[in-house]
Amino acid sequence: MRKTDTGQTDIHPSEITPAEVYFSRRALMAGALGLAAAQAGGLRPASATPPASGLLPFTFDRRDSVAEAPNTFEDISTYNNYYEFGTDKSDPAKYAGGLRTRPWNVTIGGAAEITGTVPLEDILKPHPLQERIYRFRCVEAWSMVVPWVGFPLGDLLRRFKPTANAKYVEFKTLYDPAQMPGQKVPVLSWPYVEGLRMDEAMHPLTLLVVGLYGKVLPNQNGAPLRLIVPWKYGFKSIKAIVGIRFTETQPATTWAGAAPNEYGFYANVNPAVDHPRWSQATERRLGGGLFAPRIPTLPFNGYGPQVAALYRGMDLRKYF
Amino acid sequence: MLWLRRALKTVVFLVCLVPALRLAAGAAGLGGMSLGADPVAALLHGCGRWGLNFLMFTLCVTPLKDLSGSLWPLRFRRMLGLFAFFYLVLHLAVYILLDQSGRLGAVWQDIVKRPYITIGMLALLLMVPLAATSTARAMRRMGRRWTALHRLIYVIAILGVWHFWWQVKRDIREPVLYAAGLAVLLGYRMLKRRRQTARVSAARPAARDPTAATIVPSLASRCTDP
Repeated sequence: MRKTDTGQTDIHPSEITPAEVYFSRRALMAGALGLAAAQAGGLRPASATPPASGLLPFTFDRRDSVAEAPNTFEDISTYNNYYEFGTDKSDPAKYAGGLRTRPWNVTIGGAAEITGTVPLEDILKPHPLQERIYRFRCVEAWSMVVPWVGFPLGDLLRRFKPTANAKYVEFKTLYDPAQMPGQKVPVLSWPYVEGLRMDEAMHPLTLLVVGLYGKVLPNQNGAPLRLIVPWKYGFKSIKAIVGIRFTETQPATTWAGAAPNEYGFYANVNPAVDHPRWSQATERRLGGGLFAPRIPTLPFNGYGPQVAALYRGMDLRKYF
Repeated sequence: MLWLRRALKTVVFLVCLVPALRLAAGAAGLGGMSLGADPVAALLHGCGRWGLNFLMFTLCVTPLKDLSGSLWPLRFRRMLGLFAFFYLVLHLAVYILLDQSGRLGAVWQDIVKRPYITIGMLALLLMVPLAATSTARAMRRMGRRWTALHRLIYVIAILGVWHFWWQVKRDIREPVLYAAGLAVLLGYRMLKRRRQTARVSAARPAARDPTAATIVPSLASRCTDP
């Protein structure tokens, strides 16, 4: 991917790899990496600060990946809800190219022994990257399957030694209307804030993502650092993170504040609890063309076996 | 003049078809055109938006006639109204056949449970009698009742904008724009009506102005408002 003079991301058609080709190539690469790591005497691939653009080193995490066919890179990178760059789904691909993702700092605060502002390189350095193919379900009742590259959020959070008072984690997106023109319009209260309960944040499925399709994450998908919580509606998976805060009380999150009767703090994918204005029972899996039928939405987006225990005894209609 | 009128009508007709052809080309992937990652949503919203646009264009005809002082705009009113109906029927068809994959039970659930779909369906149902009575013959036969019936377009347009507004997640700028346009178009008619009734009641005490007595009703029957 190249940046043009206007700062817009310009993807040359030849740079778009068909999914099948990508995945056969990826299997080779992962194998080569694993071999290199074994030769180096480590069980994991050598971790080093990932590059700011281009290909990423990673291993494929088969266990946590779904077997469904991923959507194309083009679909995933041109159809985005990212109101910081405009409310149309094609706006982020048009306007996010100019976002400067280096240097990038993340401020860690709140109930932890170690706090402070950390350069992105230091955030990423100790964490070997994995590729995981996750289902992605938007609250608008469409879905995709996405090959993310990242590492478990919990591994990062542990480094800052959260105290017993840390009951929740709050995330914040960059606020910079000059770079994020959508923030000049008060459609949401900026900056975007999301949050997780501590046990959700520490769950091994919860990822911090830096890449897509084996390459550095496109800006419109939340570069340089975004969250992915695959059993929750997409709006929980905050993009362009600059702040992580351990809190004792439940964070006031953006969509839940904007329309509390429509978007909850938990926002777990749940076909039994409709959005007040539309049904959540089924979803349109994008990529199937005009005539692909809707598919049933699964509780917790199909990740129930791994995460349902987090919510045992909770009334999921009340805590939607 | 007849050839000019016919030629103009053909041109307007073809122009009105352009949005549909563009959507169809995008859906078929002709000439490198595409509807993006979610073609069903693009078709659904494209048809809905153009249906609403044509409702607005139809409502522009009367003010245009008044401001220009020419009856020419009236010649296009039926065509514009029927295009609104055309795009909204397509909108419904995309919703039922593609978005809901023809599952009529789910569609019915939506209609009874989702207020924005209820009012959208109501708006389209109300358009059916208007489309059915859009012929010159129906107009002649129904006379005054035709005018009364076709005033339903005011209700339909309000329901249409409401339907749009209600399904937007957060960014209401576009529906607000439609609502503002509609407010101007309907406000214009209310002002005009008030002015006309004021004129009529002012003229009544004199009661001997034959032009006022004859011209006003004949205009009212020829250029009936919708």
